[in-house]
Amino acid sequence: MTLPTEPWLPLSAQLINITPEIVGVATYDFVLEGATQPFQYAVGQFNMLYIPGVGEVAISLSGVTGQVLHHTIREAGNVTHAIAQLKLGMSIGLRGPFGTAWPLDQCVGKDIVLAAGGIGLAPVRPIIHAVLCDPKRFGKLTVLHGARSPSGLLYTGEYDLWRNQGLQVEVIVDRADTNWHEQVGVITQLLDRLPLTRPTETILMTCGPEVMMHFVARSAISRGIAEQQIWLSLERHMNCAIGHCGHCQLGSAFVCKDGPVFRYDRIRQFLAVEGL
Amino acid sequence: MNLPGDNTAMKPLFLAKDELASLIDVLITQGYTVVGPTISQGAIVYDEIHRLEQLPRGWTDEQHPGKYRLNKGDDNAYFGYVVGPHSWKKYLFPPQTKIGSATRVELGWKLETSRPAPKKLALLGTRACELAALAVQDRVFLGGPYIDPYYQAQRQNLLLIAVNCTQAASTCFCTSMNTGPRCTTGYDLALTELSDGFIVEAGTPSGESIVGKLVISEATPKQLQQGDEARAQAEKQITRHMDTEGVRDLLLNNPNHPRWQEVAQRCLSCANCTMVCPTCFCSTVSEVSDLQGDHVDRVRHWDSCFNVEFSYTNGGTVRKTIHDRYRQWMTHKLASWHDQFGSSGCVGCGRCITWCPVGIDITEEVAAIRQSIPLPMVSTKGGPSP
Repeated sequence: MTLPTEPWLPLSAQLINITPEIVGVATYDFVLEGATQPFQYAVGQFNMLYIPGVGEVAISLSGVTGQVLHHTIREAGNVTHAIAQLKLGMSIGLRGPFGTAWPLDQCVGKDIVLAAGGIGLAPVRPIIHAVLCDPKRFGKLTVLHGARSPSGLLYTGEYDLWRNQGLQVEVIVDRADTNWHEQVGVITQLLDRLPLTRPTETILMTCGPEVMMHFVARSAISRGIAEQQIWLSLERHMNCAIGHCGHCQLGSAFVCKDGPVFRYDRIRQFLAVEGL
Repeated sequence: MNLPGDNTAMKPLFLAKDELASLIDVLITQGYTVVGPTISQGAIVYDEIHRLEQLPRGWTDEQHPGKYRLNKGDDNAYFGYVVGPHSWKKYLFPPQTKIGSATRVELGWKLETSRPAPKKLALLGTRACELAALAVQDRVFLGGPYIDPYYQAQRQNLLLIAVNCTQAASTCFCTSMNTGPRCTTGYDLALTELSDGFIVEAGTPSGESIVGKLVISEATPKQLQQGDEARAQAEKQITRHMDTEGVRDLLLNNPNHPRWQEVAQRCLSCANCTMVCPTCFCSTVSEVSDLQGDHVDRVRHWDSCFNVEFSYTNGGTVRKTIHDRYRQWMTHKLASWHDQFGSSGCVGCGRCITWCPVGIDITEEVAAIRQSIPLPMVSTKGGPSP
């Protein structure tokens, strides 16, 4: 991929569609002004979305369809709140894509397990799309998704589509409600029970709260998936996205350019330290 | 432009003391804005120099942990001080840089970046540790996948007139960091001040062309010997030491060492050390909006890992305590910097020691962690870092 020569220049991105997902979360579709080619990115990368006067926020791409960029965003801070106020047809600034990608090349011929907590399914969804585009390249794909409650499960409307194309989709919630007929507990329980026919030929990719990813990695290792086959996507304060501002450091890593996707064994030492 | 390794072999020259004024004049005539040492608010700081009288002739700085005083020196030297609270990074990576703007248009924004506006700058009086700091920031802003356009543009418009230290402060430890006190690379001209003049060495063709416009003679063996002695005196005066062997592993392997708690009891998290550090590069972009919110300037300004908001995410602040933040600063500077940029982030200038209001001494902190390692401990002393 070629890097932007003007890393500080945001492009104008027009909001063309909003899909409400769950409470406080929606998927926003943007098209870059003047775009004539499909948006070039690698699955796992993020963009900096910019509302002038408010600021920028790093948001992973949850999918790309030709020239249309999909960002699934939880309203959490100033910038995401301002994004939630946008009307269709309005434009914002966008810089990107930035950061490292999920290791799709290394997944060829392998089984894939995705473990996503809450909105952590958003950065993982492009992997599903990529596999479904070319299913013969990959082995079995399993999606494990956990949320606090049934109303926190993301992209529920797509599960049947995924299952119909041969994916195994397992969901679990911390707290059930009266309509819930599936499993209750934490995501590691799904992983613990998952039949793994060839763990040494399985790649696990995870995104969610750090504590969740820590336990997912531990569970995966106990199931025979080596540390080198585990990948995770991290979140830190990102300001410049190009490794110059210092905010997102985690030990020796700049999460913006050395991540957000890391191989577990390369970052484990730093993840284990509180307040790093 | 001065790059390491392009030093040429011109014989050392001698410039009489009074001729220093003509050096400044030549630089100004050539279109350079000259910046150099001058006295302001009781300290020697870097500012624009128009004439020789602005230099802090006859003044010297006394430095200790948490203490800086200007005193009258006994030698009437122009460069008889060490380093003050400013560093040259303020010219290459200014405290505030406008990086762009946004102007409201119908349903959106007109987005622009600010073009770099470099000046032809001559930095007069860069010390060896400061040349090393420039090289460190070169790797940060120019050495990665992304180039900082503002730093790059100014870096390409720089003339470096270095000065070899002939004295040291109590806070200096450049010899531990292998950065000084002698200027060996990265300068256009290097001066060594003697009682009656300067030994002048040209490091680049740009430096040679400046020298060619001065009334200057070849240095005599005696003058060269005086220069050697003056430089040796600086080295002899350096008493502070940091044992850097295996320091990367030492710090990265000891994030839970009790010393971090101990230093956090003293550290005020004031960020002074990061402001005076010639290599610290952390920044934040702020939105500076007009009252209607129709025009917004984007301003990048210095920030510090000691500020609590610095690591803020929606899940909360990552580095909540002073313990976390001091550990981040020192471990980054001395350890993870090696992984990120291939060198230490510390050049041994001692500013963080002098300007710490409570006199925390980075060399003492390293020694304390080194001396009280709970055994057994892997690869600290002996053996290079991986």
